[in-house]
Amino acid sequence: MLRATVCEKILARAAGLGSVMPGDVVEATPDVALSHENTFLIHRAFREMGGSRIVNPSSVVIVLDHRAPANTVNSANTQKAVRAIASDLGITRFFDVGAGICHQLLMEQGIAKAGMLVTGSDSHTTTCGAVGAMGIGLGASDMAAIWAKGSIWLKVPESVKVEISGNAPEGVYSKDISLEMVSRLGAMGADYCCLEFHGDYISDSTVSERMTLCNMAAEAGAKSAIVPQSLLPDSLATYSRTIKIDSSKIGPLVSTPHSVDKAAPVSEVEGTKVDQAFIGSCTNGRLDDIELASILLTGRKVHSGTRLIISPASAEIYAMALDKGIIGTLVSAGAVITSPGCGPCLGAHQGVLADGEVCISSSNRNFRGRMGSREASIYLASPATVAASAIEGKIADPRRYIR
Amino acid sequence: MICGKVWKFADDIDTDAIIPGRYLDDYSPLSLAKHVMEGVDPTFASKVSKGDIIVAGRHFGIGSSREQAATALLAAGVEVILAESFARIFYRNAVNQGMLPLICKCGAEAFETGEQIVIDAEKCIARSAVNPKKIIDLERMSPYISKIHSSGGLVKLMRSELLTTSGDGKDK
Repeated sequence: MLRATVCEKILARAAGLGSVMPGDVVEATPDVALSHENTFLIHRAFREMGGSRIVNPSSVVIVLDHRAPANTVNSANTQKAVRAIASDLGITRFFDVGAGICHQLLMEQGIAKAGMLVTGSDSHTTTCGAVGAMGIGLGASDMAAIWAKGSIWLKVPESVKVEISGNAPEGVYSKDISLEMVSRLGAMGADYCCLEFHGDYISDSTVSERMTLCNMAAEAGAKSAIVPQSLLPDSLATYSRTIKIDSSKIGPLVSTPHSVDKAAPVSEVEGTKVDQAFIGSCTNGRLDDIELASILLTGRKVHSGTRLIISPASAEIYAMALDKGIIGTLVSAGAVITSPGCGPCLGAHQGVLADGEVCISSSNRNFRGRMGSREASIYLASPATVAASAIEGKIADPRRYIR
Repeated sequence: MICGKVWKFADDIDTDAIIPGRYLDDYSPLSLAKHVMEGVDPTFASKVSKGDIIVAGRHFGIGSSREQAATALLAAGVEVILAESFARIFYRNAVNQGMLPLICKCGAEAFETGEQIVIDAEKCIARSAVNPKKIIDLERMSPYISKIHSSGGLVKLMRSELLTTSGDGKDK
């Protein structure tokens, strides 16, 4: 295995093989099997398969985060059923509403670790690549099969090397670099591939910044995304291609409606009136993101006619933000703070958009109808750009507010 | 041989377009079917009938891992989707649900909404029912995917696999 990338090493180990090659189909045993409200569907398929006990219950992690707390009777009934499933099947790692977003909890709780194979019934399972794990998103039936037999068939992906260098200028964050990366790759440019991050920008980055990059890899169609650590690629590892991004050459970017890979410099969309600004989600709802918003909003107000909604990605982040006085600053500035969870990102509850409204969001998807009305428009940007836009009531360059 | 009426869609049909997130609190397939493709054509659910075939461009099913996207289409009667490419998770979900997602790298744009087409999955071709010369090649499914599809989906395949394993005499 002198030519293996990190994902090839992880899949070889998880499949009990000496080595694997891109294109091989392997039967791999995941270390983590993550699910959320869709545990209800997984359980239904698991029962239909004839499953009665989970082969590896200690791998299972269940988090209620998508509609937390429940917004409809249907949601409440689903969550009630999921609580019973967790209890009946002996799932100890169950996190109820308010704990936070599943991808955030995998990190905070130390569940995802370097070298692990993490499967999740959520497309943003790639996020855990920030700590060197290989996260792969799957549907409910595949997760049910993992419950029932402990393993899953996976095709070994080609690896794409993403080299990010340089020091990002003031006002430019890992979200901007992520939007540049998705634009360069295209919405499905990394389809079936695993992104492997390298470069001095990555070496100097925080786990939170890495989570944003690995999370947004899903928007380029990536099967997984990994920042190598502990388990490193071989020096002769083979990559299907390499893309290089010089972070010092990037300015604040905004993805324009209705696709993530349509990123434009903020100057091109500046002045677009904004009805709602959202900071949160598994992409950018962490302490550094919320703190950044509070720095911009200190001594300022959210523009009248614009709503700023902030959803901390976890209870721990919420508590830390309270301790640091960040929440007080934001509330004084006119922001609405929601319970920890996915928040408005998926358009199911908390801040649904009306017909014709415009939202600027720190989340990951701007598909038509994603956050509510299909007549609404969503722009994606960094938390700083979202906060600056909330102040001005229109899309704004954050650099004016950062000294 | 599969024969059906075409509904044609563009590139990048995402899962939020196939079944918007706000409807995902109801897990009944028939409830989901009422809103299928609402994000791209709100009248689609009332027009589609059993056996109809979706023909789409690149990246069909891009976005979230929600298996309900496949469930909604299936419950609405769509069992076959012809696309230039599929998003990875949607493709797995569709196969797991017993659907037939077929990849055709080029030519499907020749088919139009309302046109009757015939698919020969064995020979990997799709053609117009009225114009036999309008014929396109389909990619052959991998053996593993074929096995899941021919079992009627992952639940049925797993059911037979688990029955075989537990037939070893563990539970009497």
